[in-house]
Amino acid sequence: MTEIIGHEAVPAAPTAAAPAAKRLWRRVLGRPAGALAVAWIALISIGAALATWIAPYGAVEQDLAASFSLPDGAHLLGTDQLGRDVLSRILFGGRVTLVAVVECVAVFVLVGVAVGLVAGYRGGRVDRFIMRCCDIVMAIPVVVTLLVVLAIFSRNETAAMTTFGFLASAGLVRVVRASTMSIRSDDYVQAAVVAGLTPVQVVRRHILPRVTAPVLIQAALLAGSALLVESGLNYLGLGVEPPQPSWGGLVTDASGAINQQPWLLVPSGLVIVLTALAFGIVGDVLRDAVSDRSDLAARSWRQMMTRVRPGSGTADTAPASTSSTPSVLTVSGLRVHAGDTDLVEGIDLQVAAGEIVGVVGESGCGKTMTVLALLRLLPPGVEMSAAAYSIDGDDVLSLSEREMATHRGTAIGYIPQEPVAGLDPAFTIGSQLGELVRHHTEVGRAAAAVRVRELLTMVRLPDPERVMRSYPHQLSGGMAQRVAIARSLAGNPRVLVADEPTTALDVTVQAEILDLLVDLRDRVGMAVIIVTHDWGVVSDVCDRAVVMYAGQTVEEGPVRDLVHHPRHPYTRALLDANPSSAGFRERLRAIPGAVPAPADRPVSCHFAARCTRRQDDCTSRPVLLTIGGHGTAHRCLHPEPIRENADVLAR
Amino acid sequence: MSRLIITRLLWSIPSLAIVTALTFVLAWLTPGDAARTILGTNTDPAAYEQIRTQLGLDQPLWSQYSTWIGHALQGDLGSSLFTGESVISVLNSRLGVSLTLIVGATILAAVVGVAIGLFGAVRGGAPARAADSAALVGMSVPTFWFGLLLILLFSVKLPWFPATGYVPFGDDPGAWARSIVLPIVALSVGGIATIAKQTRGAVVDAMGQEYVRALRANGLPNGRVIMRHCLKNASVPVVTVVGLVMIGLLGGTILVEQVFALPGLGQLAVSATTQHDLPILVGVVVYYTFIVIGSNLLTDVAYGWLSPRIEES
Repeated sequence: MTEIIGHEAVPAAPTAAAPAAKRLWRRVLGRPAGALAVAWIALISIGAALATWIAPYGAVEQDLAASFSLPDGAHLLGTDQLGRDVLSRILFGGRVTLVAVVECVAVFVLVGVAVGLVAGYRGGRVDRFIMRCCDIVMAIPVVVTLLVVLAIFSRNETAAMTTFGFLASAGLVRVVRASTMSIRSDDYVQAAVVAGLTPVQVVRRHILPRVTAPVLIQAALLAGSALLVESGLNYLGLGVEPPQPSWGGLVTDASGAINQQPWLLVPSGLVIVLTALAFGIVGDVLRDAVSDRSDLAARSWRQMMTRVRPGSGTADTAPASTSSTPSVLTVSGLRVHAGDTDLVEGIDLQVAAGEIVGVVGESGCGKTMTVLALLRLLPPGVEMSAAAYSIDGDDVLSLSEREMATHRGTAIGYIPQEPVAGLDPAFTIGSQLGELVRHHTEVGRAAAAVRVRELLTMVRLPDPERVMRSYPHQLSGGMAQRVAIARSLAGNPRVLVADEPTTALDVTVQAEILDLLVDLRDRVGMAVIIVTHDWGVVSDVCDRAVVMYAGQTVEEGPVRDLVHHPRHPYTRALLDANPSSAGFRERLRAIPGAVPAPADRPVSCHFAARCTRRQDDCTSRPVLLTIGGHGTAHRCLHPEPIRENADVLAR
Repeated sequence: MSRLIITRLLWSIPSLAIVTALTFVLAWLTPGDAARTILGTNTDPAAYEQIRTQLGLDQPLWSQYSTWIGHALQGDLGSSLFTGESVISVLNSRLGVSLTLIVGATILAAVVGVAIGLFGAVRGGAPARAADSAALVGMSVPTFWFGLLLILLFSVKLPWFPATGYVPFGDDPGAWARSIVLPIVALSVGGIATIAKQTRGAVVDAMGQEYVRALRANGLPNGRVIMRHCLKNASVPVVTVVGLVMIGLLGGTILVEQVFALPGLGQLAVSATTQHDLPILVGVVVYYTFIVIGSNLLTDVAYGWLSPRIEES
């Protein structure tokens, strides 16, 4: 790095060279399995290296009187047919084996790294040529080729194992090439090139340190296979000349005595298994040490079942829905927990049949978590609780996962945010929709296909037949979202939850999709919950809206009231920041600051830090929801005064 | 699809050319040629020269190689230095045994490996960690040693299966089946471990995709989401690794055929190695290369069938 200090434009490399490797080793040794594996490799290597001095007997020293003896004080691992000490033969045999492994790994690393660096760094034709060569080498059957080598160079293990290392290096070339390419395109490496570093310097300083980990992983894994291949060759009697010991040869000896002394199979095989295993463990632990798998990713299907914590949450008394019809979905005191932190801090929500309710707020306010909790499909490790939650009179909280599954699609349906990613790429639209229809209605294939066509027509897809034959990647975003809507209708749900259904779409398509949702609501009469950050969507389609901030409802009410008479300063700020409410060439007023992370939320008003109306009492105690007239509520001690609001939607 | 097959076959040509050419160069570089091998202890110079001429060893290297290629293209891989039999007919008589082992072990490894991997992905926790550890051990067990353990347990201690030998299917299907059970099990153990690991990872990756939540949210039962949707989406990496396992098994057959005394290509290759019978060995290399190519071809076909996006590109 010293050379490029002074070039201010050069971003710093993310890791320094030497400490990276050191840190890696510390992590390997920090894991019990890693430490044990390294200890075993060290032990067996030292034992083999010092065999001449520490082995209790000579490698070929016979004691016919003590043939086939089981382990005892004189022979710790017993003796073979000729009374040779097994432990001593393992130690002496280890020399040959481990040297062969080292030779093989050395060739593997040298060739793999050098060629991989060239391919990845140079790119273009050189890269294509090298990759083609790798394809060719990879199609060569390895072990038979080693036999050819051994047929020509009789008993020459070095020749065989270096050949093996060479053939295997094609795999390493690909690994090194791939990482080199990605590192090469990093900003700081590009900057280093511009700053005038030679390729050799760039490789040494920036690329080599970062390919070290993948190379070490591959080398450890290859060491394991090299050991197995080497002992295999010796088992076949093609390596070391008997009676000189080798690990594979010891297994051969043991197999000859399988009827007289089966014990012999144990030490000879175990030393191979343990050593190969140790290499494998080192590789595995190294891989774990460098992979940064997020803890939120599920490691099993089990973790994807959302746990419902026993309800303890007390509900704020939310205003009754404005419509006269009773609520289809009622939830109170809904909380979403990530460990001890609450992502959602007690939301109340009622939706009546035929009503469209918007859930509005910035990213990180818990909108998506709220609707996923309604489906009981939270990310792994995230749990929920509520004071009460019912759909159509059924208590959702007490359902088992199996029962909940039967409610999904029929009681509550879902439209995902990403239209294309929300469809299974491996099946045609007709196949995946048909599957759902058959599940919900228990009809045959033909009847299901008719129904799918009907659903696709309902969402105004022009050519349903063609769509049914298509795969998701063949559809545009808008078409895919229509398909997703059709899918959500397959089970005739009473409530439909749409998570930012238009965010990923073009503006013109957005309007069509919203129009479609309103139309479907009118025709089918289901309740709809739309999550959005866009006031345009809210004022276009929603009857009521709930404004969320930092895990709480801060205001709710009929859309007209919210838009014209926002009471909570956050609602007001959100409206002012909305592009569709700003006049021509008028500056958007961004809200200063950011939504606090769930763990950093104060007990008092969550918005106080960003609020222009803040007063001393705002930061002293929790703020409760204040119920206003005709279904409105707000969570503010010093709300905006009620006035005829002229500037918000006066266009 | 046929274009794919032809491309694959064309790409096999350089692989074959390189291995065979390398063999010729190496054989030519080393002292003590095939004529010596044939003569053994006979050191009569006249006989030596005669055999050299007969084998074409007095020709320059490139002409020896081009002659071999010319014959190979007509389906003649020469004849054994020892028995004088045609290499092709010797190999063909042994191909069936090796293919039975390779195909049988691949199927066993795929079925058991996918089942274990799927179990780990669904269940998670301690059973999955145990399966992971078992997989690591499975990959470290030498095939030949595991085969010997099987013989010790199921032939010596419990007389359930024959320890060695092969019965052709035509002679006695029951005895045939019994003669290949242990070899196939021994051969598949490493593959089971590899495939289980890959399956678990791929299924877990598929589980995290957005469409899984969308399918569940719209009422598809968990079982169907895993068995139909996650499994199919996980299948491409799994098929890749099954193909690699199959190729890896080729080396294993050589050992297993030795352990169980099965008259396959591997056993032939080993005896040819000790006898320096290069024409036979080169023939085995050619056959194995074709099996590698066949395995890659099957993998490609499976990709097209499993993943609509690959099929199009």
